[in-house]
Amino acid sequence: MKSFTYERAQSPAAAAAAAARHPDAKFIAGGTNLLDLMKLEIETPAHLIDVNGLALDKIEPTQEGGLRIGALVRNTDLAADARVRRDYAVLSRALLAGASGQLRNKATTAGNLLQRTRCPYFYDTNQPCNKRKPGSGCAAIGGFSRQHAIVGASDACIATHPSDMAVAMRALDAAVETVRPNGATRTIPIAEFHRLPGNTPHVETALSPGELITAVTLPKPTGGVQIYRKVRDRASYAFALVSVAAIVQRDGTGHVALGGVAHKPWRLESADAQLPRGAKAVTAELLSGAKPTRENAFKLPLVERTLGAVLTEAKG
Amino acid sequence: MKFETPATTNPIDALKIVGKPFGRIDGPLKTTGKAPYAYERHDVVSNPAYGYVVGSAIAKGRIARIDLAAAKAAPGVRAIVTADNAGQLGKGERNTAKLLGGPEIEHYHQAIALVVADTFEQARAAAELLRVDYTKAEGAFDLAAVKGTGEPRPLFGGPADTALGDFSSAFAAAPVQLDATYTTPDQAHAMMEPHASIAAWDGDKLTLWTSNQMIAWGVTDIAKTLGIAKENVRLVSPFVGGGFGGKLFVRSDALLAALGARAVGRPVKVALQRPLMFNNTTHRPATIQRIRIGANRDGKITAIGHEEWSGNLPGGRPEGAVSQTRLLYAGANRMTATRLAALDLAEGNAMRAPGEASGMMALEIAIDEMAEKLGIDPIEFRILNDTQNDPERPARPFSQRQLTECFRTGAERFGWSKRDPRPGRVRDGRWMIGIGAAAAFRSNLLVKSAARVRLDRAGIVTVETDMTDIGTGSYTIIAQTAAEMMGVPLEKVVVRLGDSSFPVSSGSGGQFGGNNSTAGVYAACVKLREAIAQKLGFNSAEAEFADGEVRAGNRRVPLAQAAADGGLTAEDGIEYGDLDKKYQQSTFGAHFVEVGVDSATAEIRVRRMLAVCAAGRILNPKTARSQIIGAMTMGVGAALMEELVVDKRAGFFVNHDLAAYEVPVHADIPHQDMIFLDETDPVSSPMKAKGVAELGICGVAAAVANAIYNATGVRVREYPITLDKLLEQMPDVG
Ligand SMILES: Cc1cc2nc3c(=O)[nH]c(=O)nc-3n(C[C@H](O)[C@H](O)[C@H](O)COP(=O)(O)OP(=O)(O)OC[C@H]3O[C@@H](n4cnc5c(N)ncnc54)[C@H](O)[C@@H]3O)c2cc1C
Ligand code: SF4
Repeated sequence: MKSFTYERAQSPAAAAAAAARHPDAKFIAGGTNLLDLMKLEIETPAHLIDVNGLALDKIEPTQEGGLRIGALVRNTDLAADARVRRDYAVLSRALLAGASGQLRNKATTAGNLLQRTRCPYFYDTNQPCNKRKPGSGCAAIGGFSRQHAIVGASDACIATHPSDMAVAMRALDAAVETVRPNGATRTIPIAEFHRLPGNTPHVETALSPGELITAVTLPKPTGGVQIYRKVRDRASYAFALVSVAAIVQRDGTGHVALGGVAHKPWRLESADAQLPRGAKAVTAELLSGAKPTRENAFKLPLVERTLGAVLTEAKG
Repeated sequence: MKFETPATTNPIDALKIVGKPFGRIDGPLKTTGKAPYAYERHDVVSNPAYGYVVGSAIAKGRIARIDLAAAKAAPGVRAIVTADNAGQLGKGERNTAKLLGGPEIEHYHQAIALVVADTFEQARAAAELLRVDYTKAEGAFDLAAVKGTGEPRPLFGGPADTALGDFSSAFAAAPVQLDATYTTPDQAHAMMEPHASIAAWDGDKLTLWTSNQMIAWGVTDIAKTLGIAKENVRLVSPFVGGGFGGKLFVRSDALLAALGARAVGRPVKVALQRPLMFNNTTHRPATIQRIRIGANRDGKITAIGHEEWSGNLPGGRPEGAVSQTRLLYAGANRMTATRLAALDLAEGNAMRAPGEASGMMALEIAIDEMAEKLGIDPIEFRILNDTQNDPERPARPFSQRQLTECFRTGAERFGWSKRDPRPGRVRDGRWMIGIGAAAAFRSNLLVKSAARVRLDRAGIVTVETDMTDIGTGSYTIIAQTAAEMMGVPLEKVVVRLGDSSFPVSSGSGGQFGGNNSTAGVYAACVKLREAIAQKLGFNSAEAEFADGEVRAGNRRVPLAQAAADGGLTAEDGIEYGDLDKKYQQSTFGAHFVEVGVDSATAEIRVRRMLAVCAAGRILNPKTARSQIIGAMTMGVGAALMEELVVDKRAGFFVNHDLAAYEVPVHADIPHQDMIFLDETDPVSSPMKAKGVAELGICGVAAAVANAIYNATGVRVREYPITLDKLLEQMPDVG
């Protein structure tokens, strides 16, 4: 770990402004991802801005009838919130499928969105990795790629985004509220928040330098049966091989987002439109153009089968 | 004490304390955080410097240049140890690759430097400043690709190859045949406590507080590596946070701590960083196994052949996966063969039940496959081919062998009769349900073991032996043995372990620790009893030691009185004659597993487990049960998830942390049931006990595999059995 300076931010705008003053700064929330990466010198911030003291830890109703989730709401608290459990059950279920109780007690809403990939080569600083060291190559291509992406990947990077929470948020059409160093705020739809790797896999989100997440908003509840199904080798405490977040209405319409298949939570509105026609049709649309590796080609049938089971369950 | 003829009645048979389910006497120390583990010996070492290990970034080649300047100039750095400046170093007898590499690199993450600084954080930060240029060399990393170059190598406890009768002809002539190949992957010990050591020099004398299973081996190998006299090395390892064979040998933490401490003239502590542990230390090597079985239609095996291929660094050992096939099932025509190829991955070595754990993973699937071909119940098929004699040397009987009883007892308890032999027939909602069984088999090893026992004025009996407790319960069973022998309650016994200044024990490994170390304590206690009897004027043959007294006829004297004018000490050990030549000593069991396989995703979850074991006298049913259920858990890991994934281009295990190398978590392990059959084995030792800790893992993975087959009809022969290997053959989702 490189030595770093540290400050506690006094307000969201001040935090963003501080980040602009220190080009090598990072915000730290729960620290459950950032600290691990700093110990391995995968992340090497020269300055840490601790955002834990900011009053961003509330879940409040929005004027539109939805919910605003503060950036610092802990995963445990979010999953347990009665309104979330009632109206956005897929989010609660996704959170509880992630990490462990101890980690969820620390992990925050913003930190979870921004957690980095679990590609094992990303974690080994001896290995080439375009995400960690742009231009060095991608060891996962032609290497151990069982966990990796099957859609939306590039020749530069085939990593997946590991978050469960973000997959549910994508299905729920959440939006990310931020403040920039100049004090300006904006709202980024979750669909545009995470990026595909392209030639710049180290650039993972739409955030600009120093931009701080203040909240995630959820639209007015849409009802429906809400399911989160996470498939993994071990029964708990493992990242998804694939996951399905589904919101299915009585008439068979709904939303489906996938985890474990791409560099971002994977949802296509054109695939949602196929929902009444069943899992095969939805999967065909969602995974059209998929380019799996030999080691992760199983994810294609797995997505279809998992989605099939989810849709059967949704019918009750 | 020489143990040359089967044991007759002895004081242990009273079973007042031995054989009772006492809780661990060291339990409170552990649960209150007071047990002194190696890295936290604040009680004996103050102000240590911290070492951080740097591992090689390449698998094979040379260090062309190493630039220490920036790291040396970093805050707090006291020294950097490399092969260049460490002086002449030898190599331990039990190490294959050097513990400090350079300029030659033998495997990925081989240690090439230790950065020593005032704090751990400073050492870690400075370690990243080392600049190393390598010249890479081609290496062999793919077992399947180099298998053909394998050469015969003896395995632990036997020759490379064995043969009896005419296997080829008998197999060719057999009306029912199986010829199948199975693979097991490289596996990591993945114990909780990493390898860790604190080293301190006093002149030319070295003390290492370390985490090691075999103290005497460690002393010898550290001395040999450093080129110093054995007498100048002291190893202390009273608590070990898991080892599973990974701590049988001294590793780089110990050597580098010693070199670092010498360089800075101050104690140095080193714990291997978790990401280094998978490629820097040893692992269970992968195997390819071909099994051929021929049988008559009545189910009698006429030919059985088992061939193994594994790989290792030059000079390393084979896994030994054929060893159980030499002993488990009858059959007049037999062959086994062991081939070892050179690989440039990290060193392969012992992990819990080396050989048998891997071999049983394959053999016990093959037996099920054969039973199916024959149309015989897989348990009945095993029982049909059970034997009471060493199948390769039929004149040599097993000392005890209750394999059939294990199966019968287990089948009854588990409800085997309710199993539908046709695969894929049983459903519970979305789950496809299957039941499987497998034999458990692991041999019992006799290793000499010594101890020192002292009686003091207060009537306290203190046992000292360099035996280790790696979480197994050694403290407790040793205390029980001494208490039984000396006729005192457990609270009157103090056990001190894991110090090379104590008499040399068997150590912990190969499930030999329990029986042998207690037998050594027994021997020392017999000697102490004689000294006490003499001191108190009793005839030692008649004296009874009970309730804190020595008694004979109507004379009774408090035990402590023998030490009234100073303590009495006795030292002795157990040594064995040829009872293990005359008899085959093994432990047996039967595993039963029920799994559910998700009909859509093919996720596999274990639902019920049972093990029935026959393993001699059970010295403490509670600690022994813990060993078995822990081993069953590890077997589930081997079946369903554990695999060190080889990057065959760069030559290393890619998933080198505990996020990526998955072992079972609580949610993976359902209710585990286990039964010990009543057994005493007078041939094994005066304790009449045998090992249990490794028996428990042998066969579990195959029982899981057989249950998966029963659930789905999909036969997977490559471990681990993950959902991707089932998916294609799963039924359509409704
Ligand atoms: C062993 C293990 C298993 C796990 N398993 C799972 C799993 O199964 N599923 C899953 O989804 N997750 C899993 N996780 C990941 C876990 O969910 C994340 O580590 C956690 O959500 C990160 O939140 P944090 O608050 O600790 O983030 P931090 O570590 O504090 O920060 C992460 C990143 O977010 C940035 N950041 C934090 N707050 C803000 C903000 N307000 N604005 C802008 N940037 C910000 C930081 O600068 C940093 O780059 C696992 C983690 C571990 C260690
Ligand atoms: S897949 Fe992405 S994260 Fe993994 S090695 Fe390639 S570039 Fe790095």
